Amino acid sequence: MTKVEELAQGVLSGEIRSIARAITVIENNAPEAKKLVSSIYPHTGKAHIIGFTGAGGAGKSTLIEKIVREYRRNGKTVGVVAVDPTSPFTGGAFLGDRIRMQELSTDPGVFIRSMASRNYPGGIARATKDAVKVLDAAGKDIVIVETVGAGQSEVEIIKVAQTVVVVHAPGLGDEIQAIKAGIMEIADIFVVNKADRENANKTVMDIQAILQLNNKETAWKPPVLKTVALTGEGVPQLIEKIEEHRLLLEKGLKHKGSREKAEAELIEAIKEKVVSSVLEGLRKEGKFEQLVGEIVEREIDPASAAEKLLKKALKDAEA
Amino acid sequence: MQTERKIRVLIAKPGLDSHDRGAKVVARALRDAGMEVIYTGLRQTPEQIAETALQEDVDVIGLSILSGAHKTLFPRIMDLLKKKGLTDVTVFAGGIIPEEDVEEMKKLGIKEVFGPGTPTERIIKYVLENVPKRT
Repeated sequence: MTKVEELAQGVLSGEIRSIARAITVIENNAPEAKKLVSSIYPHTGKAHIIGFTGAGGAGKSTLIEKIVREYRRNGKTVGVVAVDPTSPFTGGAFLGDRIRMQELSTDPGVFIRSMASRNYPGGIARATKDAVKVLDAAGKDIVIVETVGAGQSEVEIIKVAQTVVVVHAPGLGDEIQAIKAGIMEIADIFVVNKADRENANKTVMDIQAILQLNNKETAWKPPVLKTVALTGEGVPQLIEKIEEHRLLLEKGLKHKGSREKAEAELIEAIKEKVVSSVLEGLRKEGKFEQLVGEIVEREIDPASAAEKLLKKALKDAEA
Repeated sequence: MQTERKIRVLIAKPGLDSHDRGAKVVARALRDAGMEVIYTGLRQTPEQIAETALQEDVDVIGLSILSGAHKTLFPRIMDLLKKKGLTDVTVFAGGIIPEEDVEEMKKLGIKEVFGPGTPTERIIKYVLENVPKRT
């Protein structure tokens, strides 16, 4: 067996070291990464993938810890991918989500992995989707993804998760502002955490009011739940709603969602392939460096320069 | 897409002391040097530390301890790391570890001990030079 085959086998048998190594291979985009993902892909599609997003300070990590405990009580195995931001200046990252979940480290039914965004936009990392596939293929019943937590622009999570939970908390700022477009539209379930605070009910009503303005007829109306993550209050009800959503997905919504996701992933894979192979060739062209100089001197604009390069490449291809 | 490897470091606080300013200073310095640093938080057991190192597939572990319990805890940690097959991880330590104990710690497999006041540049340099080669 080759090393990749060995690693894939390890993942499929749920072996912790293999899972950890596999995620690293994928994160680093090592040469074996593509082969690894294609080996395990046929074994994915069984886990329920839940995304948790929402502004920093809302209590996502604490809530996730309680949710994982509840799932474990119900006999499910769980994988968690917690994403934190990479510094755009130093390239480094402080991954601290795990701190709130550390007691779960020694539970053999839980696998927690901290991931740096590595400047990928939208609240997750480039490798998050494939890391989720690894945990899915390894047999985890539930895979939870916790996004960076920067707020409204974190909509990439819909490409990874089947159920998206948006966590908010009272007092995080102007209530209406904090729940603008983007995050409002992707939520399958809203949670107002820190519900023991006195303005919690107002926050719930504000969110409900905005949801009512959206009068599309949909099969699923996102509920607004209250939790107190520190005590675990509201967590069983949250899990019930997550389950309800999963059943709905299974019945019918799923196929629509799955096709959209698959299409999005295919397009992204094509883009990556095209950019890497075409760009490589163009850079080697003498004309490339010359055009860069011309752009600096304002002799040509970048879009026209790109067209020149591509036209030449196409002409050469036809010759 | 290019292969991109980042150095992953686990900064762990074994034992019951609740002073983590030093650990956080080191964690931030390593982050500013471009590494991905996982911090465990306080009061970690050897089992929690070893399991975390395994799941996070770290290259380096920094153990910070100020309670004097290093003689009890470090052997347990190194033993667990070995049992879990994490023999290629570089382990260093810091905090309050008396000079006379350093030799003993190194025999356990802890490659270097950095006392209080060690300039962070030195620790960064050390980590960069001692990251295990991965095939």
